[in-house]
Amino acid sequence: MSERLSVAKTYKLYLGGAFPRSESGRTYPVTDSRGKFLANAAQASRKDVREAVVAARKAFGKWSGATAYNRGQVLYRVAELLEGRREQFIAEVASSEGIQAKKAASIVDAAIDRWVWYAGWTDKIATVLGASNPVAGPYFSFSVPEPTGVVGVLAPQKSSLLGLISVIAPVIATGCTAVVVTSQDRPLSAITLSEVLATSDVPGGVVNLLTGHTAELAPWLASHADVNALDLTGAPDELRAELEASASGTVKRVLRATEEDWAKQPDIRRLRAVLETKTVWHPMGV
Amino acid sequence: MTWDYAPAPESRAIANLKPSYRMFLDGEFVEGSGEPLKTINPATEEVLAEVSTASASDVDRAVKVAKRAQDKVWGPMSGAERAKYIFRIARMMAERSRELAVLESLDNGKPIRESRDVDVPTAAAHFFYHAGWADKLDYAGYGPNPRPLGVAGQVIPWNFPLLMAAWKIAPALACGNTVVLKPAETTPLTALVLAEIIQQAELPPGVVNILPGAGDVGAELVNHPGVNKIAFTGSTEVGKIIQKSLAGTRKKLTLELGGKAANIVFDDAPLDQAVEGIVNGIFFNQGHVCCAGSRLLVQESIAEELLEKLHKRVSTLRIGDPLDKNTDVGAINSRDQLTKIQDLVATGEAEGAVRWTSACPLPEKGFFFAPTVFAGVSQAMRIAREEIFGPVLSVLTFRTPDEAIAKANNTPYGLSAGIWTEKGSRILWAANQLRAGVVWANTFNRFDPTAPFGGYQESGFGREGGRTGLEAYLDV
Amino acid sequence: MAASTTTTSGSPPEFADATRDETSLRRFLHGLPGVDQVGVEQRAAGLATRSIKKASKMWAIDMAISMVDLTTLEGADTAGKVRTLCAKARRPEPERPEVPHVAAVCVYPDMVETAVAEVAGTGVGVASVATAFPSGRSSLRIKIADTEYAVEAGATEIDMVIDRGAFLSGRYGQVFDEIQTIKRACGDAHLKVILETGELATYDNVRRASWLALLAGGDFIKTSTGKVSPAATLPVTHVMLQAVHDWHAVTGELRGVKPAGGIRTTKDAIRYLVAVQEVAGPQWLDPHLFRFGASSLLNDLLMQRRTQLDGFYSGPDYVTVD
Repeated sequence: MSERLSVAKTYKLYLGGAFPRSESGRTYPVTDSRGKFLANAAQASRKDVREAVVAARKAFGKWSGATAYNRGQVLYRVAELLEGRREQFIAEVASSEGIQAKKAASIVDAAIDRWVWYAGWTDKIATVLGASNPVAGPYFSFSVPEPTGVVGVLAPQKSSLLGLISVIAPVIATGCTAVVVTSQDRPLSAITLSEVLATSDVPGGVVNLLTGHTAELAPWLASHADVNALDLTGAPDELRAELEASASGTVKRVLRATEEDWAKQPDIRRLRAVLETKTVWHPMGV
Repeated sequence: MTWDYAPAPESRAIANLKPSYRMFLDGEFVEGSGEPLKTINPATEEVLAEVSTASASDVDRAVKVAKRAQDKVWGPMSGAERAKYIFRIARMMAERSRELAVLESLDNGKPIRESRDVDVPTAAAHFFYHAGWADKLDYAGYGPNPRPLGVAGQVIPWNFPLLMAAWKIAPALACGNTVVLKPAETTPLTALVLAEIIQQAELPPGVVNILPGAGDVGAELVNHPGVNKIAFTGSTEVGKIIQKSLAGTRKKLTLELGGKAANIVFDDAPLDQAVEGIVNGIFFNQGHVCCAGSRLLVQESIAEELLEKLHKRVSTLRIGDPLDKNTDVGAINSRDQLTKIQDLVATGEAEGAVRWTSACPLPEKGFFFAPTVFAGVSQAMRIAREEIFGPVLSVLTFRTPDEAIAKANNTPYGLSAGIWTEKGSRILWAANQLRAGVVWANTFNRFDPTAPFGGYQESGFGREGGRTGLEAYLDV
Repeated sequence: MAASTTTTSGSPPEFADATRDETSLRRFLHGLPGVDQVGVEQRAAGLATRSIKKASKMWAIDMAISMVDLTTLEGADTAGKVRTLCAKARRPEPERPEVPHVAAVCVYPDMVETAVAEVAGTGVGVASVATAFPSGRSSLRIKIADTEYAVEAGATEIDMVIDRGAFLSGRYGQVFDEIQTIKRACGDAHLKVILETGELATYDNVRRASWLALLAGGDFIKTSTGKVSPAATLPVTHVMLQAVHDWHAVTGELRGVKPAGGIRTTKDAIRYLVAVQEVAGPQWLDPHLFRFGASSLLNDLLMQRRTQLDGFYSGPDYVTVD
């Protein structure tokens, strides 16, 4: 009896809640850490970036307008689904990053825990960063953090799952929506994450994941006038200054982050980076 | 029967105007090696004083002494000691408030009523507020023992010369940074009197350095490698250039840029106070306010009535000598700015908006522009989209709350907005919907050191004031 | 310009609907735009910083003198006290005959006859408080009788109080009817309607009461009896000036405003005049349309007038104590 031939997966983009191919029709081969072919991934184009920004903008109103409690629940549900895919993630992380299954397992566990950590922030961040302002006059004044809008995220190149989750979760926890350019060479966990998101309660368009060449896609994201903030974490070193300069065209908030030790417990910098502060005044009188 | 108020000018002598002013570097007033500039009184076009300006080498020296002062003195100093210096500055500003107010009105053209009642007291309040933070930074929410950034390079505009200096210097010092500040080319004087105060307060040399000059001095400062932090208030155009030039560096940047604020009046608004708020929103400081309520969005059902009341009220504004205590609207700060306003107003007329200008008499000399209201403005017109930075209001109408919000948000700017309605739930709804950093409901143009101020989108990033404002000057 | 003659009873056609019945009246009054306390107080404080000097101050002092309703409303009032008051009203400063006379004297009804005799032919009016002043707590019959008593004695102006209890409990129709009834009892005498703003608690109420009084035919709206604290304040007067301004804009009719109580200094008086000029309009700078209800104010105006003319500060011994 011959061994059963497995069904090979076609890897696509995740855009507006759907899984389209790149409009360019391009794909590129993804290999494991030793160069062995794993799959063909969709190679997104600038037009895919454009579509992703449109989807993210469209999703922003509802997602940012949802109650923080609701966002927390939706995000927690994602953690539940991540847990269900634990074995798949371990395998993908191990092969992409070239590490032992045991190490990969601890990374996947950390990633799921990271997601849970950020899920719990949704309804606390306003308490921590907001304030009532004791102004010198007969006014009630308060300040609240608000999501900045659509965030362009250049995901870490090395840490294909823990790093990815560490940059996406804070963005959407605040109510922002994300257009993410995944790790160029290690996109498989990102694609699996998109499958998780698609079956979760996260509305389509809140997270959009583009696989492809970072150097090709990043400039379109950096210059796009409907993107409010840009996370440079996974940007190629030689492009960082150029991308930041390009982001200045519409005064984007730029997070000059780099690849870091993702196992370290984060602080709330990444939340702050995509939050605005809105101050409201009203007179107090009879 | 008419009752004309006799002129009630504040005495110019109070300003202690000197024939020449020098830059403040390393605790001393020294001659800059740049080309001296002559600062004029925009209300009379006469030269007030000659002011020395900085050259590239002066900037370099200032950054070096600031770095030294940060490393050796100000950084290591306990927060409690820093606080006392800053408290001193606040008190001394209050003591010299009248002098500062008159000097500000002379140099800037703003009415003495505003410099006396708003600019100077608010500036002193900023020092007083931030002084108290200096030894309490552990409680600011950025983790234990947050560190300063180092040397802060600060570039400020001409519309609130002293107040902007206070907004910049006070938090920088409280957080343990040292400062090199460049005041605007047309309004350097009050910052240099502030330097005198800083000297009299015995702040260690080099902690604050004030270098007058034009844009080139600002560019030197922004691009100096020894600067760790840039704070800029000014036009969006220049803000973009600065952001671009800092790309790829490690310098922290905060920007407070332009705006085109919508002031939304619903049909159930407290109308008379709304009229006051509209007038204050656009004619305060001759409209030279980045957060000015320059787009009036009024519900169609009350548009006619409101416009009538508005015209009547604007007609009572008194334009003229900034030093006259009864002047409501003073001089436009410079001939350049006056020309820009005139050009945009001409565009408004050409685009078909209906112009109404107050019939108030204008002085013969000096740069003045009569309060102007454009009705029948549509979103597509330049006067509805571009920042005029002058006493010119564009009136648009809306039919439903959603339409009001959509029009208000339909701009690349996002600094401020106003809401006028007696319905509480509508206020909170609208405040939530508006994409602006400051939302004034049933009031306008209120400022306080405890209340964070700053914009969304192309109005900049970072906040000034409150706990939130400290972030700009801490390595967090 | 001179003000219109006594307001005729009945609402102008513009407001016929508003006064049709109790429900319409309530709907109208509650439909008036709200007044934001902080906003109006800020505006009043802002205008109060106007600096009035030299000739414009002199002009304002004389204008203020001519707007004074020189008042004595004490239980201890006697004919003698009223006569002295009238003498002062006719000629505030005997040594300086160019000083204008005040607008009116204001007394209790039983003093009207004495006052009328004293000011006859001088141009000084006689105002009488009526309608169970200051509380207004009596029957309508007595209020009418009180009014008629004053009018028959020769009062040219009646200062009535509204029933604040009725107003605060929302019985606007009752207040409206009462004002109309007193208006009829006034005959040719001008009617000033005292709102007693110190008891109305909110500026929204001040605005509603102002409009109610205007709709019912009051020639003047007056802040206070002087017996309740706070009496007149600048922001309350702002709201009332805005009401007469808006009334004029709709009907073309000119109605007056009288702040009373607590205005004691020239500086205060000038602040009120600035408000008159900038909130209502220059047209209202006229004793027919603006009055000060005051007693000690007059002497301060006279002292300041001397200071202006003489160039040195005057003292209380140089103006008459009456």
